[in-house]
Amino acid sequence: MQQTFTNPNEHGYYGDFGGAFIPEMLFANVAQLKSQYLQIMDDEDFKNEVNDLLHHYVGRPTPLFLAKRLSEQYGTTIYLKREDLCHTGAHKINNTIGQIILAQKLGKTRIIAETGAGQHGVATATVCALKGMECIVYMGEKDIERQAPNVARMRMLGATVVPATSGSKTLKDATNEAIRDWINNPTNTHYIIGSVVGPHPYPDMVARFQSVISAEIRKQLLAQTGTELPTHVIACVGGGSNAAGAFYHFLEEPSVQIVAVEAAGHGVQTNMSAATTQLGTPGILHGSKSLLMQTPDGQVIEPHSISAGLDYPGIGPMHANLYSSGRGLFLSATDDEAMDAAFHVSKTEGIIPALETAHAFAALDQIKWKPTDTVVICLSGRGDKDLSTYMQKLDS
Amino acid sequence: MTRLKKLFNTKSSKVLNVYCTAGYPALDSTLPIIAALEKNGADLVELGMPYSDPLADGPVIQESGARALENGMSIEVLFDQLKSLRDTSNIPVVLMGYMNPVLQYGFEKFCAAAAAVGVDGLILPDMPAYEFEASYGAIVKKHGLDFIFLVTPETPTERIVYLDSLSSGFLYAVSASATTGSALNFDAVDTYLQKLKQMQLINPILVGFGVKDAASFELASRHTAGAIIGSAYIKALENSVDVTSTTAQFLSSVIGQK
Repeated sequence: MQQTFTNPNEHGYYGDFGGAFIPEMLFANVAQLKSQYLQIMDDEDFKNEVNDLLHHYVGRPTPLFLAKRLSEQYGTTIYLKREDLCHTGAHKINNTIGQIILAQKLGKTRIIAETGAGQHGVATATVCALKGMECIVYMGEKDIERQAPNVARMRMLGATVVPATSGSKTLKDATNEAIRDWINNPTNTHYIIGSVVGPHPYPDMVARFQSVISAEIRKQLLAQTGTELPTHVIACVGGGSNAAGAFYHFLEEPSVQIVAVEAAGHGVQTNMSAATTQLGTPGILHGSKSLLMQTPDGQVIEPHSISAGLDYPGIGPMHANLYSSGRGLFLSATDDEAMDAAFHVSKTEGIIPALETAHAFAALDQIKWKPTDTVVICLSGRGDKDLSTYMQKLDS
Repeated sequence: MTRLKKLFNTKSSKVLNVYCTAGYPALDSTLPIIAALEKNGADLVELGMPYSDPLADGPVIQESGARALENGMSIEVLFDQLKSLRDTSNIPVVLMGYMNPVLQYGFEKFCAAAAAVGVDGLILPDMPAYEFEASYGAIVKKHGLDFIFLVTPETPTERIVYLDSLSSGFLYAVSASATTGSALNFDAVDTYLQKLKQMQLINPILVGFGVKDAASFELASRHTAGAIIGSAYIKALENSVDVTSTTAQFLSSVIGQK
């Protein structure tokens, strides 16, 4: 595979970032995946099965919506890619649909996943129910407490939710526990990673499953405006799966400005942040080399963001390369800016976005727009899961 | 001759390697524990460098690492403690840890410092073999350190041969596809270890994961040069008031009085 911004090299490297730093206990599993994922994903039957489910079950293609009032306010043209309208309420299911069918092709019978806010856990539990597969979701003990509705959804869908009680008891530790489960169950289990992180080939595989987002954007823009290419694509980035999907088919188009928005938490300089490219240094977490928030001794730092989905100390290696090569513009939005943006979008366009997505909207204030710009924002998820946070603000 | 080579030249069966976490149970426990292990019959020490996210380890070793980090352990502190290691001790010591802290310290600087204090080898379970071959291996060799790869029951035969060829000192046979501290199914393990024995590998084999007492040590050593005990020893240290006497008791329960 020729290395580009989109494709890693054969060892899974995007520039200096990527690879597969895994203990030997995981080698056979990862090697099996690495040797088969491209072939399986390229198979016509596989593609048909995935596309059929994406259409009839998930509800794709999702609309590309011209946000007229926002456009007017910012003096430019803003389109919203409505991933919030996917079944289960976010883009996460694009990946779990693909991976569950791939797991079946690999002969696996048991599915494990990690989840932070619970969106990926719900999307995994959903496809496991659909396919009648056993599903175990690891979730930080702290996140289980603060995301009770999603825990209930997963359990109602038949999944077993296992609390991760080690370390900081959040997404990072849930991922550690899922990897340990995989080590202990090497033959029958497939691990559905929810973001463009983990050892090669996960970042590439997840990016490919999410790339349907930008494939649709190109077609829809062409139909609506007569040109396939926007001037800007904006997405929020934690690990970076919705961003990878929204950027994918634009990365080799130099005229398209790629804008990634990280969670600044209380502020980049406050020690309560999750802005990995601003605060991180090269390091290895969960099997790949990327940018990582860590101490000078190489211990991983617990990040902070109001949105559990961006509360991760690393970032996918594809994004680390977009940052360090200068291909992408990396901005950040604070907790407060994201909250304000969520309320503003709700009142202006009648769409309540997820807190993660609200970070992407907050970045609209950080760029000087021209009337000739065409901006696409990936509206990665809906805000139902964040209602309790939003209600606190309404009541205050 | 390296200390590991000398060890396996003079002892080819029932070699006992004991794992401990640097800085556990107390920050300054490291050297007294190594001394007690040497005095009471351990042949080799695997010294764990604590990490916030130890993927290959089960709860017991994870917990010891978290405690050690709270105690203030770091690679910097560890090398400072080990400065006097070779004043009194001659037991081979291999450092076990994860890539990230080592890379932050600086890989070459790390190897140089390890060699300078008299460390004999390295185990970094998340070091990819091809990266070792392409870049890191030359640095390890340059500083005269041994490097030990892991193999598991899932590792294909040709890959076992390959990892054996990259290793020196010994080859670490993980008894089952599991994290450390898991229980052992000895029938399955026995078949796997017999297979390894018949392969006539370059390096002596030490068996780890699930070895916890005299009986499991005996079984694990039947077809190999010896075994590694980790979680069971860490558990013994957990409530220890005197690491020296705890170590003496623990080792006598595994190999008898020295």
